[in-house]
Amino acid sequence: MREFAYARPDSVAAAAAAFAAGGEAAFIAGGHTLLPAMKSRLRQPDTIIDLAAIPGLSGVTRQGDMLWIGALTTHAAVATDATVAAAIPGLAALAMLIGDPQARNRGTLGGVLANNDPSADYPAALLALGGTVETDRGSHDAADYFQGMFATALADGEIITRVGFAVPRRSAYAKFRHPASRYAVVGIYVADTAAGVRVAVTGAGPGVVRWPEAEAALTVSFAPAAAHGLVLGGDLNTDIHASAEYRAHLAGVMLERAVAAAV
Amino acid sequence: MATTLTINGTTAAHDVSPATLLVDLLRDGLGLTGTHIGCDTSQCGACNVLIDGVAVKACTVLAIGLDGAAVTTIEGLAPKDSAGALHPMQAAFREHHGLQCGFCTPGMVIAGLEIVRRHGHGVDEATIGHELEGNLCRCTGYRNIVTAISAGAKAMATASMGAPIDA
Repeated sequence: MREFAYARPDSVAAAAAAFAAGGEAAFIAGGHTLLPAMKSRLRQPDTIIDLAAIPGLSGVTRQGDMLWIGALTTHAAVATDATVAAAIPGLAALAMLIGDPQARNRGTLGGVLANNDPSADYPAALLALGGTVETDRGSHDAADYFQGMFATALADGEIITRVGFAVPRRSAYAKFRHPASRYAVVGIYVADTAAGVRVAVTGAGPGVVRWPEAEAALTVSFAPAAAHGLVLGGDLNTDIHASAEYRAHLAGVMLERAVAAAV
Repeated sequence: MATTLTINGTTAAHDVSPATLLVDLLRDGLGLTGTHIGCDTSQCGACNVLIDGVAVKACTVLAIGLDGAAVTTIEGLAPKDSAGALHPMQAAFREHHGLQCGFCTPGMVIAGLEIVRRHGHGVDEATIGHELEGNLCRCTGYRNIVTAISAGAKAMATASMGAPIDA
């Protein structure tokens, strides 16, 4: 990795000020996306601003119909937290499917959402469940937050502080994992919510999206049989791991599995 | 920049550049070459160490960010005064032939301790196999590694040196 300056502020305001000081700065939380990107020189920041010493950015609380998770909460913590398991067991199960045990001990919710990898898992949960991304400057509705591959509603230097997930009646995630990277070849989060049935797809295309045809089918009948045979449309990825046609079919299979897990 | 770490029970300030990965500080700075670099892409687990008792991949952690933490490497598992005796998890790998070339073994032993931390001494073999998803071995086919971790987990329940030193 190229050398860089390092700052470890003890408040969100100080972190934002460090970012605003100029140069090409990057925030680091768990580092399990940023550091690999820096090793391969996809990212070469001049300054790394470490958020780990800022108090109050991790932990889980439930307030009514919202489950709030701090941005620095690790995947391991989400996967094993009793409040998460009671409120949204599908979200806890999703967290347990991210990476591997060692990666889950470092990687964070806020880091994943700020990066918005098109094959990441949490974006599917947040888009399907609905909720809010709270930052040092305000908040973003989940429906408007994801804006395509590695793109979000976050402004330059905006820091996620916590994320609210709307507690559904029932929900689940099913994912076909790439065996080495552990990212989703296709992942489907299905949620039966007060606002209706929602289905979000990750890994299949250039960014997380809702799947209206699947939502319509499950609104008629929230059962695996209703998902059977559905094929995802749209502009899907073709790469060395899977063709677009394969992903389109795989989405239907994952949908059926997700619904079976949710009911 | 300086970062103060307690490594295998010894607390010291280490002068590192910000871009220094923990695994590079351990190997190149301190000569603790038991922590291996396999893939350098956080997939193989050969670089696993314990940070404050929790297993992480040392190739994907900045040393500068760990100020104040306790790091335990494979060299620090057996107590210093044990006159060559191994930690029970290490002994189980030897007893059950849980290695061939040995390159992945330090990371596997650390992964074994992580499995015990989260699943207890009676952890079943199916769980062990699943929990090794972040560790690659290209020799053994994993069978004896799973057996070794199962035996090591049970041995740690009774051994006097069952807990790794971390402070």
